[in-house]
Amino acid sequence: MKQEMIHRDPDDFPIGEEILRMSGITKVYGNGVLANENVNFSVKKGEIHAIMGENGAGKSTLMKILFGNEQPDRGEICFKGRTQTIESPKKAVELGIGMVYQHFNLAESLTVAENIVVGQEPGRGILFRQKSAYDAVEELARKYAFDIDPKSRVRDLSVGKKQKVEILKILYRNSELIILDEPTAVLTPQETEELFHQLLLLKQNGYTIIFISHKINEVKTICDRMTIIRAGKTRGTYEISELSANDISVLMVGRDVVQKIEKPAAKPGKTVLSARDLRYRNEHGAVMLDGVSFDLRQGEILGVAGVEGSGQRELAEAVSGMLRPEGGAVYLDGREITGKTPGEVRALGFSHIHEDRMTYGVAKNVSITENLIANRCASPELGGKAFFDGKKTSALAQKLVEEYQIVCKTPSVPAGMLSGGNIQKVVVAREMSVEPQVLLANQPTRGIDVGAVEFIHERLIRDSREKGCAVLLISSDLNEVLEMSDSLLVMYKGHISGYFADVSALTEQELGLYMLGLKRQSEQELKEALHEKV
Amino acid sequence: MKKFKLDFNLIRTLIAIGIALLLALIIILLTSDEPWAAFGYFIAGPLRNPKRFANVIEAMLPLVFTGLSVSIIARTGVFNLASEGSLFIGGAVAALCGVLLPLPSVISPVVILLIGGLAGMLALLIPTLLRVKWNANEIVSSLMLNYVLYYLGTFLIRTFVRDPDSGYLQSTAFHAEADLPVIIPGTRIHAGAAVALICVVALYLFLFRSRLGYKIRMVGENPKFSFYSGIPYALSIFAAQAVAGFVCGLGGATEMLGMFDCYKWTGLPGYGWDGIIVATLARNNPAWVPLGAFFLAYMRVGADIMTRMTDVQNEVVSIIQGVVIILLVAESFLAGWKKRRTFKEATEGVQLEGGAKA
Ligand SMILES: Nc1ncnc2c1ncn2[C@@H]1O[C@H](COP(=O)(O)OP(=O)(O)O)[C@@H](O)[C@H]1O
Ligand SMILES: [Mg+2]
Repeated sequence: MKQEMIHRDPDDFPIGEEILRMSGITKVYGNGVLANENVNFSVKKGEIHAIMGENGAGKSTLMKILFGNEQPDRGEICFKGRTQTIESPKKAVELGIGMVYQHFNLAESLTVAENIVVGQEPGRGILFRQKSAYDAVEELARKYAFDIDPKSRVRDLSVGKKQKVEILKILYRNSELIILDEPTAVLTPQETEELFHQLLLLKQNGYTIIFISHKINEVKTICDRMTIIRAGKTRGTYEISELSANDISVLMVGRDVVQKIEKPAAKPGKTVLSARDLRYRNEHGAVMLDGVSFDLRQGEILGVAGVEGSGQRELAEAVSGMLRPEGGAVYLDGREITGKTPGEVRALGFSHIHEDRMTYGVAKNVSITENLIANRCASPELGGKAFFDGKKTSALAQKLVEEYQIVCKTPSVPAGMLSGGNIQKVVVAREMSVEPQVLLANQPTRGIDVGAVEFIHERLIRDSREKGCAVLLISSDLNEVLEMSDSLLVMYKGHISGYFADVSALTEQELGLYMLGLKRQSEQELKEALHEKV
Repeated sequence: MKKFKLDFNLIRTLIAIGIALLLALIIILLTSDEPWAAFGYFIAGPLRNPKRFANVIEAMLPLVFTGLSVSIIARTGVFNLASEGSLFIGGAVAALCGVLLPLPSVISPVVILLIGGLAGMLALLIPTLLRVKWNANEIVSSLMLNYVLYYLGTFLIRTFVRDPDSGYLQSTAFHAEADLPVIIPGTRIHAGAAVALICVVALYLFLFRSRLGYKIRMVGENPKFSFYSGIPYALSIFAAQAVAGFVCGLGGATEMLGMFDCYKWTGLPGYGWDGIIVATLARNNPAWVPLGAFFLAYMRVGADIMTRMTDVQNEVVSIIQGVVIILLVAESFLAGWKKRRTFKEATEGVQLEGGAKA
């Protein structure tokens, strides 16, 4: 198989000229969501151009259209002065466009170099190929200050490193326009700084970067211009210096700056959920839980922070009964629940907002109503022993749809027809309305619009304060854990690297150090997380 | 939006049938000397006299049972293809009982139908058990099981109730008390029709109103979602297969007692396979199963009439069946049309689910 590297000189197009223009883009998804409506967008060669907009505004959709993952229903794309139909990512790559998705796209069991050169292997012979691939990748990495070993397996890399692999992949393919879809969402403050340094280096070398974010301070730091999208429509393109932070947020959200949520002080009661020395290895033998212990008390919100993949998912599954730990024990209200099924754990007053709402959180083809009763299969309030009472289930659904502000025509619409934020509200409504003793909220607001985020945050606080619900809040969004938690655990490589009884005294920078494993508390300090002798 | 979806599926089914009929017409035109007469017999033959129409109803009864059974199985997402054998063993066991059990009338058919149902239920549970116990692929095991059940059934008939005077394998006559009486004089439509109707209603309620039916549907829709929600997987799958098997066995027993006075089947009757077609037509909804069964039975009877009256062979039916099924299971058939409808609805701004809807 003969495959030449595409040789494209990034300097063949003058800096400052319009390299990309997307005009009149309209996109309707199969479920009827109008994600982009007549969007006009243009980028100049050599700039870092921000696309800002709250979650669900349609930023990713616009970029997927540009990269050929989705086809627009209307509109035109003009790249380097020529109108193009980008029918697939392959075409986009040929044109010189590269994209790092919000969720990475790497072969976990291959090495860094293999992932980078896949589809564009240099040379012919296998041996030769391997060696020159490593060399080529090493050289690229050196040039742009990426600290990464081409021979390591992607599976063993941190999220931040995986992102670097994605960027190197794009550079290797000689793309000149680089799209980064919310690259900082998964990074610690320290990693973000490093990324910014590299992006500026790339800019100096003539690359054009589209940088998607909804964090105003980040955009102010590195971008030249920005385009704001709200509810699928563009709200204009501006020089960064033109707008104040407040202006930006008004344009993004359509109303004044989001106020901070009011959070009364917690009055923790007795311990309701305890984990002791939980241990678990995944199917590749990697240690995911390495002696995790903590206590969760009534009326408190205990946050769990950490870089994604530090064992949070396994912790969530171990306490909810979805996974049996190899060692250690979980207690709910004094009773041991290790190894019980999710159904049995739920029956003891446990609720669980799963991090993956599309695969676990809902059944997409089933009505909202039927999604709302999944954890009430045995509830005597919904009918007789054998049959559901249709009137009662409809009434319940109607009530929850109103109470949780789920925007839908009727509750008999399939859940998959809703937008991300509304699907999440379905999950939240189902899990919170049973008034659980313990609520596990795993990434409860990931990828949803500000309105829905605020709503869910308020409900979490209200239920913990007024109903004494004990909330275990797992989140990789630093702002969320810092704002919402009363006390906080930090996970690093499957163990707890820090416990902070009072979160208000903790800074984002300090938290970043614990997340990266640069700091770790002593055994004695970590004992603070245990309030109970079990 | 749900209404639109329902409409879409119905229209899609109708268009698929239309295309298949058109194809049949073309084939008939190409091969027959009297194509229009042939097509006329095929399309309208069953309507031309009440007796033939009754034939359609008779032919559709077993299809209703297997269609229901396959609908339930398909809902679980576990592909157990033992409906054929399950119906067969239900019929064979009913035949055994019909000859061997001296019971008073009325009680006799009721008891025999129940026994047939139980036999079918046990049969259909075997692949599921093998799956759970030894992780045996249920597609393979259930396909094989059909033959095992066939030979088991004929073995039982041969050993215990064979009519020694007959050249073929057939049983001695059933007790007269075991007969399912004809309910429409002048036809062979028997009390099994009422049983089928009850099953349709019962299974509809079971699937869409009962708690167990809900669990079965959720497990099939999204196993991960049900696991996480605490819906018991194995229990739901077992319950679904048990119900499906019972319906199959019941169907076999009904057919045996209603249409025959002794065991006469010379092979697997094929109703289980037809059940897959019926369930596909009915989109696995018990309420639509009678319609799907009627359609298939009508086509079969129409083709029979055509074959008897003209020079066209009834293979035409198989072509129609095949085309309809392929069009129905092809996800993208008419998807473009659906997409345009969706686009229109969304941009007309009926209810925009935009981002910032606080
Ligand atoms: N594949 C898809 N199918 C259906 N709806 C989608 C799909 N992807 C995104 N959406 C919906 O389109 C809207 C815009 O989503 P997206 O472009 O991902 O927003 P953003 O990246 O700005 O957060 C949301 O309401 C989202 O739920
Ligand atoms: Mg996005």
